[in-house]
Amino acid sequence: MTAFRALLFRELRLALRGGGDMLTLVLFFVIVGAVVPFAVGPDRELLARIAPGIVWIAAFLAMLLGLDRLFRPDHEDGSLILLRQAELPLSMVIVAKLIVHWLVSAVPLIIASPLLAVLLSMEGDALWRTIVSLLLGTPALAAFGAVGAAVTVSIRRGGLIAPILIAPLSIPVLIFGTGSITATQSSAAMLFLAALSLMALALSPFAAALAISSAED
Amino acid sequence: MSLETAPKLNWWNRIANPGQFVIWTKPLLWPLVILTTALFAAGLYYAFFNSPEDYQMGDTVRIMYVHVPNAWLSQFVYGVMTISALGTLVWRHPMADVSMKAAAPLGALFTALALFTGSLWGRPTWGTFWEWDGRMTSTLVLLFIYLGLIALWRAFDDQLRAARVIAVFTLVGAINIPIIKFSVDWWSTLHQPASVFRPDGPRMPGSILIPLFVMFFAFTFLFLTLHLKAMHTEVKRRRVMGLQRRMAQGGAA
Repeated sequence: MTAFRALLFRELRLALRGGGDMLTLVLFFVIVGAVVPFAVGPDRELLARIAPGIVWIAAFLAMLLGLDRLFRPDHEDGSLILLRQAELPLSMVIVAKLIVHWLVSAVPLIIASPLLAVLLSMEGDALWRTIVSLLLGTPALAAFGAVGAAVTVSIRRGGLIAPILIAPLSIPVLIFGTGSITATQSSAAMLFLAALSLMALALSPFAAALAISSAED
Repeated sequence: MSLETAPKLNWWNRIANPGQFVIWTKPLLWPLVILTTALFAAGLYYAFFNSPEDYQMGDTVRIMYVHVPNAWLSQFVYGVMTISALGTLVWRHPMADVSMKAAAPLGALFTALALFTGSLWGRPTWGTFWEWDGRMTSTLVLLFIYLGLIALWRAFDDQLRAARVIAVFTLVGAINIPIIKFSVDWWSTLHQPASVFRPDGPRMPGSILIPLFVMFFAFTFLFLTLHLKAMHTEVKRRRVMGLQRRMAQGGAA
């Protein structure tokens, strides 16, 4: 457990001291959302109707952006090999990385999402549902992302391939995510979203660990 | 150790040798080709000349004889890839890699054909090439997964290492595809419950079912034939690459 905690703090320190990554991510998230009104026109009714979709697409793209730093720096400087030799199972290493990845790339988006929601003229209930749906759904996005990043870690051009592998897998998350903001049965969609996140979190560390260990030996 | 003095192996271990696999399965190829051709000849004859027009759709109903087998194969091929992925990860069977790699482009092709024939059929009957219906959308997602897998195969230099990584991803996809299918159905029934296409609605008469079944087997055997040939080609390609590598090393020494 101490090893796990040490790893958690290491990852967190690396992410926080890495410079303006988090700020860039939040800026990207808000800008993607803010560009849409320019493309579709500033009609408030239309914007309010498509806002859940825009928020989720912006969050999905922003989470893809941060994927490359999940395993690649460790793969390049060799610490991934050291982590494989450690007593801590590789899947636990990945759980630690996943938690930190979620903290630094999803939580800032969730905090910034009310701003985007106001820009897209969402109001009242929808705003709260947006925050809750992002809280429930982003762990699944992070988990799928970890599998994609693990599969492509040993490819030099992997940064380009990971998104096209992950996007089809993330479709249920997007459907239930936007569903839990707009739909009439939003509580059902939220339950599905939570179930997806739990399942993805439970299975993805093992899949990612398997992919990393078979890519390296 | 020559082949005669080698310990007796069962067929499972013996086909683990790529050369042995090719020798064993080569005699299967021509019978498969002949069977596929015969099935296609019979199926096409039935489909074009010996089956009635639909009272509503007219001649366009004949697209079904191509469309339904392709749609079936788009899922069957992923099943073949999933079993091969298990073979790669659990038994580390060398031919499972080859089978997985050879199946991916075929699966993408059959899925693309299912979508293409479907849109050709949809235009005269539904009045649109594309509708965001549950079935069509999940087939489109399946096509994206196939294309992603092909891109992944091409990105790796070392094919042996690639096989195990891709097997992991294939299995992840196999777990996810039912979820995607289910969520897409949920999504589209939510938005447009009236236009959901129900294939089990109209009861089919035997005059349509017979050509459908024949074409179904024809396409399945077409896949089996192409898959076997693609596996042989992949074995040869790896052998050529091995020889080239050896030649390059010899040139450097």
